[in-house]
Amino acid sequence: MADAADLALRMGDSTLILGHRVSEWCGHAPILEEDIALANIALDLIGQAQMWLGLAGETLGRSADQLAFLRDAGAFRNLLICERPNGDFGHTLMRQCLFDGWHLAMLRRLIGSSEPRVAEIAAKAEREVAYHFERSSDLVIRLGDGTGESHARMQAALDALWPWVGEMFTGDATDAELAGAGIAPAPESLRAEWDATMDEVLAESTLIRPESDFAQLGGKQGRHTEHLGHLLAEMQFLQRAYPGATW
Amino acid sequence: MVTEAQVWGWLAEVPDPEIPVISVVDLGIVREVSVGEEVTVTVTPTYSGCPATSVITFEIDAALRRQGITPRIETRIAPPWTTDWITAEGRDKLRAYGIAPPVDGTAPTGRRVARMVGGNFTVACPRCGSTETEEVSRFGSTPCKAAWRCKSCAEPFDYFKCH
Ligand SMILES: [Zn+2]
Repeated sequence: MADAADLALRMGDSTLILGHRVSEWCGHAPILEEDIALANIALDLIGQAQMWLGLAGETLGRSADQLAFLRDAGAFRNLLICERPNGDFGHTLMRQCLFDGWHLAMLRRLIGSSEPRVAEIAAKAEREVAYHFERSSDLVIRLGDGTGESHARMQAALDALWPWVGEMFTGDATDAELAGAGIAPAPESLRAEWDATMDEVLAESTLIRPESDFAQLGGKQGRHTEHLGHLLAEMQFLQRAYPGATW
Repeated sequence: MVTEAQVWGWLAEVPDPEIPVISVVDLGIVREVSVGEEVTVTVTPTYSGCPATSVITFEIDAALRRQGITPRIETRIAPPWTTDWITAEGRDKLRAYGIAPPVDGTAPTGRRVARMVGGNFTVACPRCGSTETEEVSRFGSTPCKAAWRCKSCAEPFDYFKCH
């Protein structure tokens, strides 16, 4: 029977992997303010991951650090969109906007979770993610409805990332059990709200919503793309090379 | 025998590691002090990933050890920290230090603000008091701050975001 640890592992892995991806921009963003913003958002996500993985680890008998640094790709339960490579700045922002819209809706429902610990973490994270979504949607609008060059790049990013959207709203047996126990909402139940918000953002961005609803699935079950292994090789290097290292 | 008031007094001397002009009490992150067989201090983090959190725990521990107390420090995340808990005195100290204190009631709603640059509220410049100011970036030098600039005195300044 699925329990809060299953949900916490999925939320923790999604926030950890996206947090690491966003942190890859540190020192490389197009302007200083965006570099700082990206680093701040990465920090929020990794802080949230620490809380979620801490909760999961209580059941699994491992610390948040052990879960983050000592599991192989097949044991990760993150959404596939979180492991997509950064691409250009527009691609990173589009990924963030698509994810933030889901993340905010998800956290707002988790605040009402039947598991008090889940509700507490969600309430803490929700305020931070509201800031994330305001920023990412604003920048998607400004770049989508920007120059010919920025518009083309944002449309290309949207088209490329669209197949990774459906997984956020596709439940499996674990999700059904979590929903049945009142621990988490059914993923499908978040779709209408996300669609309405995103349609508004895309309309104002002058971007065209892709028609195909084909969805790449598997992240929540541990079936990942080739990109996750490369990300983990960098993220886990130190603990793998020097087990138990602290400073 | 120490009293709770004494412990609060000592904690009021512990500076925030990022903004040393205000104390951990001013910042509203000390949620509870209880004195019984041992002294327990309950703290709450500001932002989830704020790197100052572990330093703050260390500083509180060190400050009380200097008084001969070995405290138990507990972390509590609910209810989540809000800038509403920053004391009036803390707000004055922030302003004097050059950081504009939070404008209450402007926490993010997650409703996208199209072309938000410029902001949808005014922040008074902590240097000259002018409200002819604008937001440069909503994410500043630490998770809790945004970067603003003053169009009257032409100086940039930090704004402590409402949260
Ligand atoms: Zn000024």
